[in-house]
Amino acid sequence: MASPMKSMTEPRATSASADPSANAELQTLSGSQIIWDTLVHEGVEVVFGYPGGAIMPTYDAMPDYPIRHVLVRHEQGAAHMADGYARASGRVGVCIATSGPGATNLVTGIANAMMDSIPMVCITGQVASYLIGSDGFQEVDFTGVTLPITKHNILVTRTQDIMPAIRQAFYIASSGRPGPVVVDITKDAQQGKVSHRYDASPIRLPGYRPEHHPVPREIEQAVEMIKAAKRPIIFCGHGIIEANATAQLLEFVQKTNIPVALTLLGLGGFPATHPLSLGMMGMHGEAWVNTAIQEADLIIAMGMRFDDRVTGNLKTYAQNAKKIHIELDPAEINKNVKVDLPLVGDVREILRMLLPQVEKRTCDDWNGHITALKGDTAVREIQSLPDNGTLFAAHVIHDLWRYTQGKALVVTDVGQHQMWEAQYYKHDYPRKLLTSGGAGTMGFALPAAMGARMACPDDEVWVVVGDGGFQMTACELATCAQEDIKVNIAIINNGFLGMVRQWQQFFYGGRYVATPIKSPDFVKLADAHGLKGIRVTKREEVQAAVEAARAFKETCIIDFRVEQEDSVYPMVPAGADLDNMIRRPVPVGAAGGELPSEELPGEAIKDVPPHNPIFETGKDN
Amino acid sequence: MSDAQSESSSLRHFVAYVEDQPGVLNRVTSLFRRRCYTIVSLNVGRTHEVGVSRMTFAVEADEDTARRIEANLYKLVNVLSVEDITGKPNLIRGLALIKVTVGQDKRSEVLQLVEVFRGQVIDLDTNTMIIELTGQQSKIDGLVSVLAPYGIAEMVQTGTVAMTRGEKGGAATGAAAQPPNLRGVFAA
Repeated sequence: MASPMKSMTEPRATSASADPSANAELQTLSGSQIIWDTLVHEGVEVVFGYPGGAIMPTYDAMPDYPIRHVLVRHEQGAAHMADGYARASGRVGVCIATSGPGATNLVTGIANAMMDSIPMVCITGQVASYLIGSDGFQEVDFTGVTLPITKHNILVTRTQDIMPAIRQAFYIASSGRPGPVVVDITKDAQQGKVSHRYDASPIRLPGYRPEHHPVPREIEQAVEMIKAAKRPIIFCGHGIIEANATAQLLEFVQKTNIPVALTLLGLGGFPATHPLSLGMMGMHGEAWVNTAIQEADLIIAMGMRFDDRVTGNLKTYAQNAKKIHIELDPAEINKNVKVDLPLVGDVREILRMLLPQVEKRTCDDWNGHITALKGDTAVREIQSLPDNGTLFAAHVIHDLWRYTQGKALVVTDVGQHQMWEAQYYKHDYPRKLLTSGGAGTMGFALPAAMGARMACPDDEVWVVVGDGGFQMTACELATCAQEDIKVNIAIINNGFLGMVRQWQQFFYGGRYVATPIKSPDFVKLADAHGLKGIRVTKREEVQAAVEAARAFKETCIIDFRVEQEDSVYPMVPAGADLDNMIRRPVPVGAAGGELPSEELPGEAIKDVPPHNPIFETGKDN
Repeated sequence: MSDAQSESSSLRHFVAYVEDQPGVLNRVTSLFRRRCYTIVSLNVGRTHEVGVSRMTFAVEADEDTARRIEANLYKLVNVLSVEDITGKPNLIRGLALIKVTVGQDKRSEVLQLVEVFRGQVIDLDTNTMIIELTGQQSKIDGLVSVLAPYGIAEMVQTGTVAMTRGEKGGAATGAAAQPPNLRGVFAA
């Protein structure tokens, strides 16, 4: 936070000063004022929230402080906005809500942030301390509710405890492995007055020591293992981005020539267009990536946690590989996959330790082998392929990548479009793909994108969202309009809850139970909010629509009417062996000899229509 | 391989120092519940240090799970230190109160049994007797089994408490409360 601006309204009777430099002075402030004063000192520029009874004193004090407030339409949106703000900026996102239902509406957003290790502080009002436990109006035991889904939470019942609690919350949220922290503040604590001076001294939490450092012997051991490996592979996870270690990783790869596979949340941590980038691994990773993992003799996993969507069947997972696990959180070591050498600590620090010691090497045979694997299964470059008139999600995402020069900040929701985005939008830069990974929270995209836009006002922000997920938080369109937040929304509209439909098609005998979904006219919906809406049904309309959305100064929705029953390929069925993938179907009339269609498990799979645009539009195989 | 289903599970004892604050017990037990770690016994009590409580857990776990229990406990902000004392020279004790239905005819028999187990009779009535016994779980189970034929009216026992032998005591603060060498366990 730079210099604080003068308050827009006259200071209230208590002579509140929003000037952090005045911290030498003892002031008599209300708890509410202390909340804002502390937030200002923590560098907060924007909070996302919704007022209500138990947080009203705090809202009343807000105008005296140089913090922008974004009024959401549902508290879940506030939590996702704070989350998106944090992911895009690397700083702590802040949301605020009242007690009871206001607070519980944050829960999905908090759980989402917890699963993806996002630094976030949630300030909630609570009923007065003397009412706690009496089932007072809008009382919910919020520290109880959020206990398992926060990194830490604090109930504050006394005015003098507010500042230390908020300072601790920021420190805990942003240090070590980040995560959300809830500060639940009773109404009487907000109303009470104490003499206050901001305390900038280091925070003392004797039980909280989040830093770990590997010892030199372990680094030497890692260097030896890397030297001995013939078929090494690096995993780039979210930790690379969170630790700002992308430059170190790039340097490491340039020195060692080890290919890099990425987790969904790791995308952007290593440039997608780099020749040694293999792309995303796991359930919807490309076949060559997963095959390479199964054939590797050394995995160097960096800042990732071997999620079940990444590993498939643990019993058959990467059995040929020794594993080095570089991870900040000791509790992740050996949780899912047994490793040979854990390096517990900050991945950037560890890469810096490794860099001077690893020997320059080539992996020509191994990389050549992986390139050969790509031969028959690679996602073909679909840039200039002929168009047969049908619009596919892959077209949309690919064209979006092309027309935004791969530089947009893309926020996805959860489902098929999310996987297509991961496959077709090549992210070369960190913090430019925000997506709900661990929790898989539908409704995440729009509010998270709004938060991201607040953090990065110069970025071109694109929401890639399905017709289902969009409707979960579509109310935030009104927030876009009111708060003048510009995002571009690409709705991949297929009239189905697509990923569930795909599973029904593959694993539930094609019974589409509760997956066909009717949507409002999204163009009219945009119009109703005073925003712009465009409908696209053909590929040739994509470019003009993208250009129009970018040019429009307010939020713009593009309703992309795509093929309804398209599926995401390849796919490792949940719990299956990583190399046992459902591959892209053989196109009708194609020679097809090269594609291992006989590997397709189950009868239903053989009936999969050849929808994929790579075949429908391409003649390159 | 889920933590709960490991084959080489055995009973392990952990000692944790925690800040004496509301909700700390809840945080710890919530962690065990959501990670599906099986608590066999849990004891909490204050210590000689102001504001510091000490917990003893007995948990069914294998070596790997034990490391992660330690690491996960250590992540809780209010947990000051954690130590897995399994395999270290230690003392593990529980306390049981057992009310036996015993009339005058069998009283001396029961008293002899109590003496063998070094228990104490702390209450006596015409038809009942309350026995206090401290010791390891196996000792308590042993007394219970020999008393059962006489008729146990009710019994209660504390969670086990544990302490390592020797000079070095686990401390809540200061040098001894340094984080466990989490990496050392895995390397090798």
